[in-house]
Amino acid sequence: MPKVTYIEYSGTEHQVEVPAGLSVMRGAINNAVPGIDADCGGECACATCHVYIDPAWLDQIGPPEPGSQEASMLGFAAAAEPNSRLSCQITMCEELDGLIVRMPEGQH
Amino acid sequence: MDTYVSHDPREDAYSKPLDKLDVSDPQLYFTDTWYPYFERLRREDPVHYTPESPYGPYWAITKYKDIMKVEVNHRVFSSSDEFGGITIEDPPQGMERTSFIRMDPPEHDEQRKESSPTVNPMNLAKMESLIRERTCEVLDGLPRNEEFNWVDRVSIELTSRMLATLFDYPLEDRRKLIRWSEIVITNINAPDAIVRSEEERFAEQLKFTEHMNELWEERAKRPPTFDIISILAHGEVTGKMTLRQRMGILILFLVGGNDTTRNSMSGGVWGLSQHPDQFRKLRENPALVPSLVPEIIRWQTPVIHMRRTALEDAEIGGKKVKKGDKVVIWYISANRDEDAIENANSFIVDRPRPREHMSFGFGIHRCLGNRLAELQLRILWEEILKRDLQIEVLDKPVYAYSNFLRSIKSLPVRLAA
Repeated sequence: MPKVTYIEYSGTEHQVEVPAGLSVMRGAINNAVPGIDADCGGECACATCHVYIDPAWLDQIGPPEPGSQEASMLGFAAAAEPNSRLSCQITMCEELDGLIVRMPEGQH
Repeated sequence: MDTYVSHDPREDAYSKPLDKLDVSDPQLYFTDTWYPYFERLRREDPVHYTPESPYGPYWAITKYKDIMKVEVNHRVFSSSDEFGGITIEDPPQGMERTSFIRMDPPEHDEQRKESSPTVNPMNLAKMESLIRERTCEVLDGLPRNEEFNWVDRVSIELTSRMLATLFDYPLEDRRKLIRWSEIVITNINAPDAIVRSEEERFAEQLKFTEHMNELWEERAKRPPTFDIISILAHGEVTGKMTLRQRMGILILFLVGGNDTTRNSMSGGVWGLSQHPDQFRKLRENPALVPSLVPEIIRWQTPVIHMRRTALEDAEIGGKKVKKGDKVVIWYISANRDEDAIENANSFIVDRPRPREHMSFGFGIHRCLGNRLAELQLRILWEEILKRDLQIEVLDKPVYAYSNFLRSIKSLPVRLAA
C-alpha cells in the first residue's frame, strides 16, 4: 500500500499507509495526523487541508489546475507558496508511494 | 404576513399549504419556532420555490449538500451587490455598503487577500494571551448569587474588547463600536429597532466611516501594524479606496467579528444548560473544549441565511433555477440536516468531525475570521472550566427579530458563590 510522510510544522513526522484512491487529506484525517483540519470534509471549499509538496515530488504532483476551484481557494490560504496544494485534491496511487508533504503553521 | 392559525409551530408547519410556507419571516427566529418549518421542507421540498414573500419570490435551499454546491459555485451564484447582494432583503438602492462579502471575483479576491493578514494563524497566536487576560478579568469580575444578563456582562464585554483590538481603537470607547454595529444590522421593522429608516441608518454609517477615516489617514502615514485599519490603509488596492468603499469594508469587519461571536458566547451557555449530560461530560473532560467550540457554533448558527443571485439558468437538487432568481441558502437548516450531520438536532460535545457545519459558510466567501471566533470561544470555555463556574440559566434567551442574524439579546443567569 502506498505511504505518505506527513511532516508537522514542528518537524514531527508521521508515516502513514494511504490506500490508492483516497485523498492525501483523508489519509491524514483517518490516521489522526495533526495539522490538516479539512473543515469541509473534502469538498475543496475551505482551504484548511493546505499542504506544501516536498520539492522532490513537485514535478510529479504539479500545481493546481489554473482557474480551478482549488486554485481559487488556495489563493486565500495563509502562507501559500508555489509548492502549495489542497490535499483533498490529491488522490493517492502507487506512483505517489513515498510522497512527502509538510503542514503549514496553521490552517484557517 | 400570515398570522399563525395555531400556537403550535409543528402543527402550523405541517398543515400549511406548501406554497405558503415562507421561512423568511423574522417572527420565526424571534420566537425560536423555525425548526419544524425547515424539517418539513427538507423532507418534502428541499429546494423550495417561495412565490410570495415580503422580499419577492425566492428559492429556499434547505439541505446541507445543496447549499455546499451553491457555495462552491460562485461563478453561477453571485454575491454581488450589483444583483442584490447577500441578504434576502435587497440592499437599499444607492445605500449599499459594498465590500468583498458582496462582490464576485476578481474584485472580491483582491480585497479579501489584502485584508486576511489581520486574522491569519500567526497573528492569532499573538492575540491569544491578550484574549486570555481579558477573559480572566471579565469572568473574575462577575457577581455571585445574583441574577445578571450573560449577554451584557460576558458576551458583549469580551467581543467589544476584541473589536477594539482588531481596529486598534481606544478600549474605553469600545461601546461606541457596539452601538454602530447595532445600527448596521438592526431590522428597521423590529419593535426595538434603534434606527427607523434606511436613510437614518445610512447617515449613521457615514458618521462611523468619517470617524474611522481619521484613524485610516493617520495610519496610512505611519509604518504598517496588524490592526485592520492599518492593514487596509497600506494595502495596494484597499489603500486607494474611496470613502464609500472604506465604509463598506469597515462595516464588514465591524459586524462580521462582533455580533456573531457574541451570539455563540451566549448560545453555548444556553445549549449546555439544555443538555446537562453534555455539560457533565465536558466538566469531567476539559480536553473536549476543542470539539465543544465548533459544536456551539453549529448549534447557534449565528448567521441564519445568505443569499445569492443566479447569473444563468442552473439546476439545484433537480429543480430548475432561472437566471436572475434569488437563491437563499439557509445555514440554520443545513446545520440540522440529518443526512449531513448525525443527530443534527442534538448538542454533542464530542462529535467526531465537529467542524463539518455550515455556520461559517464554504467556498471563496467562507468566514475569514472563523479561527478568531473559535479562539475566543475556546479561551472562554477553558477559563470557565478552570474556575468550575456553576452557571444557572434562569430563563430562555430572547432572540432578535431578524431572519439574518440569530442574535441573543438577553440570557439571565446566576453564578453560584
